[in-house]
This record gives sequence, structure tokens and C-alpha cells, in this order.
Amino acid sequence: MQSITVSSHPSVQYLLRIGDTCLILAQRLAEWCGHAPIIEEDIALSNMALDLVGQARAVLTRAGELEGELGGTRHDEDQLAFLRDERDFRNCTLVELPRGDFAVTMLRNLAVASFLRLLWQRLEGSSDSELAAIAGKAVKEARYHQEHAGDWIVRLGGGTAESSARLKAALDLLWPYMAEIFEGDAVDDAAAAAGLGPRWSELRDDWRTEFGGVLAAAGLALPAERSFRSTGKVGRHSEHLGYMLAEMQHLQRTFPGGVW
Amino acid sequence: MIDVAFGTTLAAPPVRRAGSSRIEHAWAVLATVLDPEVPVVSVVDLGIVREVIAEGDALVVVVTPTYSGCPATEVIDQSIVAALDGAGLGPTRTRMQRAPAWTSDWISAAGRDKLRGYGIAPPGPADPARGVAIRFVPRPVAALECPRCASLNTERLAAFGSTACKALWRCRACGEPFEHFKPI
Repeated sequence: MQSITVSSHPSVQYLLRIGDTCLILAQRLAEWCGHAPIIEEDIALSNMALDLVGQARAVLTRAGELEGELGGTRHDEDQLAFLRDERDFRNCTLVELPRGDFAVTMLRNLAVASFLRLLWQRLEGSSDSELAAIAGKAVKEARYHQEHAGDWIVRLGGGTAESSARLKAALDLLWPYMAEIFEGDAVDDAAAAAGLGPRWSELRDDWRTEFGGVLAAAGLALPAERSFRSTGKVGRHSEHLGYMLAEMQHLQRTFPGGVW
Repeated sequence: MIDVAFGTTLAAPPVRRAGSSRIEHAWAVLATVLDPEVPVVSVVDLGIVREVIAEGDALVVVVTPTYSGCPATEVIDQSIVAALDGAGLGPTRTRMQRAPAWTSDWISAAGRDKLRGYGIAPPGPADPARGVAIRFVPRPVAALECPRCASLNTERLAAFGSTACKALWRCRACGEPFEHFKPI
């Protein structure tokens, strides 16, 4: 099945960054279904994946509509999820990294949920009424996700020598990828100028306060800044995304337009 | 409209335009359309039906989703159309309206009673700490009344449950597990 080409308009790209970040994290969380350490966590991770899929569907639908409104080819949510190539995905690299152990999963969830909650809060005031409406719902869900992950981080940090060592290792692994979230560029500038949404860099200080606060409660500190920057938001991904998409897109690529 | 059980003011009750008997009849039919995941409360009890409008020959039911990823949404739409068409009030179609976002505060007092009777603790006021920094463990979770024995000696087992809208709890008094319809 041939891949689609998506509009390079900055408003579309801005929406794809949000929708893809939700979608790819949802796919990683769904991998835990049937594998989580306890049944309650299995259910919780699936629930959060479901919320994220719902948010991704709404935002990708809006991105596809906007393509049409801007004079390009309109795509629906399924085309955007299943028929784009790896280089056309705009998620932060952080969310495509392998799920790792439970500490990696929960630390990433905390980082992303803390960021998304701040982003959805700002998007409630978007000039795009549909995006504002999506945000009004999603912000409440993100709060539950943030709280749940935060609870676990504090417990893991203050738990056993094993759990705190694993949490420390998770922070060492993931920290270099968190900086990308707040890297600004022309897409951010255009979205801010159009009133579509904030520059993600504007959320950085609040995010550091919230994320750092939980780390402190878990006996950890925010690590020092590094010069490394991942580049998923502009489509240059880690080696992990392609494998995930091969699995995620397989059915639609093999049986185009197939439905349940 | 004041919810007696929790003393909260419902932010935005559904728009019920008095008038045509067809619309009134439609609301009565909708009061029999049950949520597929909690099949004791109707879509009207849940507060997800925002408006019923006659557009020409067609009946349009404006529905607000509970959760972004709620898998029951499509079944609910189909049930609404089937019930109204079946009552001869159609052709019916549903229209999704995201804003204002649904909140569990819109669940009616009758709906809360039905949840309790079904063994699900109804939600308290939504998002009381909205805008306030989230506190992480150790954090006391507000005591919840057991829907079976009414004891307040209960504990939360998990923040997420069998569906997006519920959490898992246990009663230390009667020993029974129960679900909590989350405030959101």
C-alpha cells in the first residue's frame, strides 16, 4: 500500500506533533497489556493507552481536516496513523523508545503526562475551537495519568534498593531525550503567532518544577543539561520507531481499507 | 439545579427546549437507552445527551463523549439511533459535541442512586484541585462510602478499573470489593 504525503504547513505539523506523541506512547503502553507486574497496573496502563489513543484520534482528525482547509489533500485519522512513513511521524523521540522495565515506563509516563497536562491547559485557549475542545477533555485525563505515574515514581524511589536503582537507571536512560520536547523551531513560532498553541519551550520551566518536584520526593534530582538533542519532532527518529510502525501498520498496509 | 447528595451545582445541565411533543417524547425514549458499560444508568442520567433538535424531518441528538478514548461511544450512538427510530421518531442522527467537556458532575441525582444500587460508588465533585499542584504519595484519598454497607472504612486498590471511568476500591468493613465512578 502506497504511503501518503502530508501537508508541510506548520499548523498541520504542530498538530501532528501532539497527535503522534499521544499515538506512539499509547502503542508503547499497550505493549504492557498482559505483561504488567500486577493486574491493577495492567489495567491502568491499558486505560491510559486508551485515553491517549482517543486524544490522538481527535487531534489527527483535526490535522487531516486542516490539510483540506488549507487547500491540500484531506486525510482521515486512519490514513494518518497507518499510511505515513516513519520520517513523516512527528512524535518526540522519547515516546518511541522501547518500553523498558516498569521504572522506565513509569518515569516516561510522568515526564510526558506532566508535559501534556501543561500543553492541554494552554490549548484550551487555542484559536482553533476544535483543538480547544479536545484539550478541555484531555487535560482532565492527563491529570490522572500524571498523578498515577507520580505516585509510582515516589514509591519506586523510596522502595527497595532494587527499585530505587532501577529508577535511577531509568532517569539516566531517558533524561537525554526529554530536552527535545522543549526545543523551539519555526513550527512552534508559527503556531504561537497563529494562536494555535504555545511554543513548547514556554512550558519548560513549569515542567521542570513539577517533574523535578516528584523526582525530589523520590530521592532524585533533575540531571544536568546535556548537549545531545533527539530530533523526532522533525521526523528524524531513533532506530526503534520503524519496527514499531511495521507492527502497528501491518494490517492496513496488507489489507488496505480493511475494517473490523 | 442542585445535586442534593453532593451539594454541587451542575455546571451545565442539558438544554431541554420545551415545546414539541416529538422532542419531549424523544427525551422519554432516551431515558431508556442504557450505557453499555454500566447498564443501569441511561444516557440522560449520565448527562451525555446535551440537546435534542428537530432539523427538518430528522431528529438530531447532540452527544458529548465521557472520555477521549471511551470505546462505548459508538455503541451508544447506535443505541440512541435504534431506540428513537424504533419509537417512530426518526430518522435520527447523532452529533458529537466536545465543548464544554463532559464532567461527572452532570450525572443526575437519580443516576447516582442507580450507580450506588448497582454497587458502584458515585463520583464526588469533579476536579476539586483543578489548577492546584498535584500532590503525590503519601496523600490521603478521601474516604468513600461503600455502596453495599455504607461504611466509610474503605480503601482504594487502584486508580484505574475495568473501564476508563472507574477505579477499584475495597470495603474493610464488609470485605467486598467495589468500583468507584471517578470524578472528572
